[in-house]
Amino acid sequence: MENVKRVDLIFGEYTQEKYKILEETMKKSNEQIITEMINSGLKGRGGAGFLTGMKWKFTAQEKEPTKYVVCNADEGEPGTFKDREILTKVPRKVFSGMAICGKAIGAKIGFMYLRGEYSYLVPDLMAELDIYHEHAKRFNLDFTIELRMGSGAYICGEESALFESIEGKRGEPRNKPPYPTVSGVFGKPTVINNVETFVNAVMIMKYGAEEFKKIGTTDSRGSKVFSISGDTPKAGIYELELGMTVAQFVEEFGDGDTKAVQVGGASGFCVPRKKFKDTIIGFEGVPTGGSMMIFNSSRSMYNVLHNYLDFFEEESCGQCTPCRVGCQQLLKGIQAVKKGEKPSSYLNQLLKLSENMKITAKCGLGQSVANSFSSIVDNFKEEMIY
Amino acid sequence: MPEIKELVKGLADKYGRARESLMPILQGVVLENNFVSDIAMTEIARELDIATAEVYGTATFYSFLDTEPRGKFVIRVCKTITCDMHGKKRVIEKIEDLLKIKMGETTQDKKFTLLTTNCLGWCHQGPVMLVNSTPYPSLDENKVTEIIMEYMSK
Repeated sequence: MENVKRVDLIFGEYTQEKYKILEETMKKSNEQIITEMINSGLKGRGGAGFLTGMKWKFTAQEKEPTKYVVCNADEGEPGTFKDREILTKVPRKVFSGMAICGKAIGAKIGFMYLRGEYSYLVPDLMAELDIYHEHAKRFNLDFTIELRMGSGAYICGEESALFESIEGKRGEPRNKPPYPTVSGVFGKPTVINNVETFVNAVMIMKYGAEEFKKIGTTDSRGSKVFSISGDTPKAGIYELELGMTVAQFVEEFGDGDTKAVQVGGASGFCVPRKKFKDTIIGFEGVPTGGSMMIFNSSRSMYNVLHNYLDFFEEESCGQCTPCRVGCQQLLKGIQAVKKGEKPSSYLNQLLKLSENMKITAKCGLGQSVANSFSSIVDNFKEEMIY
Repeated sequence: MPEIKELVKGLADKYGRARESLMPILQGVVLENNFVSDIAMTEIARELDIATAEVYGTATFYSFLDTEPRGKFVIRVCKTITCDMHGKKRVIEKIEDLLKIKMGETTQDKKFTLLTTNCLGWCHQGPVMLVNSTPYPSLDENKVTEIIMEYMSK
């Protein structure tokens, strides 16, 4: 294997002894933990890529005595299934990561918000939580973890919508600022991280920031768990080093006839064949929460875009006009162009609309519709028209 | 409906009566009754001492909190892109054929409801469907027939 570098950090063995890394980490000071996290350069694995150590630091600095840790396990981005795999195989690492964060920022309660689609995982997670709580008691760690379930709403993966949902409300995103580090769930300072981010935190505690930094590139430290699907003979979960080009990726995972790769799910970017060589997968190029969908030349990119817009139109919470109306109009618009009811120049108006949504929508959902919309329309214009 | 009253009270005793208890209670009602009726919403509102509109607002936001009657087994077929590419349409047609209902409908015996849903997180093994909370990946016409037949005999 030369095209891509495989890593075995996330799914590798925890330790022989249960919750050993957590126990060892309890001997470190909170400052040490946070400094180590910052030095590692770890960026959040949910897709947005904020520096995890800074998030922890900001929350730790808040004077408010009640703070929370939230694990975002509302994995809903089309093409993403890595958190399900992590929660199935190494839940111990996830709970350890949450507890390390809890200690570092001074929180006593953590919530794991799991999407309703994964409720079949609940019995196993609850059993592991019992084991966690026993061990936490053993080394006097005052941090309990509760499981909260979603009920089939993609938008609840957006952090502030997730808080609303935990609070028993409609999953409608809040205005920002204030950011979660100041006012998160129940209005208290909150660290919210992706499932994979918490596992990375545990690995940083185990190996140290210096070792962790040796993997990946300057802008994209560490490994990344990829969910690979579509037209590929090797669909599945792979832990790879960040910083490879799309060409290298396609060489390894494509079926020899790859036309485009959608990096980062429906809210991510479509990379056409002519740009494979020059596009880096990572924060310096196309960022991804792990979703990699491969399309070969038998696929209609119009159908792909139509499917994404169907998705967004349904999953938009409807709170802000740019997203609620924008998603509908983009969908209607491409249908009209396809049917010949509108001239092909109408696509330019739709591109403007999507750019508008990027600026004016309230949250990441509405803002990121333009990513896939413009990258598909720009690169596959003929397919949109004929 | 004394049963609903009992059910809601039991759930409130278990999950508490704070606003944050609303989601687990709604989820508990769906688990038991397959949907949240108007009566259930009124009852929850009374138990938590909040407006019925608040309960309605939350319940109708979430696609898995059904507010109309559903069958004992709710089938949700993923319609997102990779499942779509790998034959979701044929799977749906097969189910419609087996259950003699159309997408969105419930069988007369109230045993099955057929719905589509967005990405279920099994894109590498699509098409996939959920029957209540159990996922069934790597479907084709044969496999889905076997699964549905098994549920029919339950």
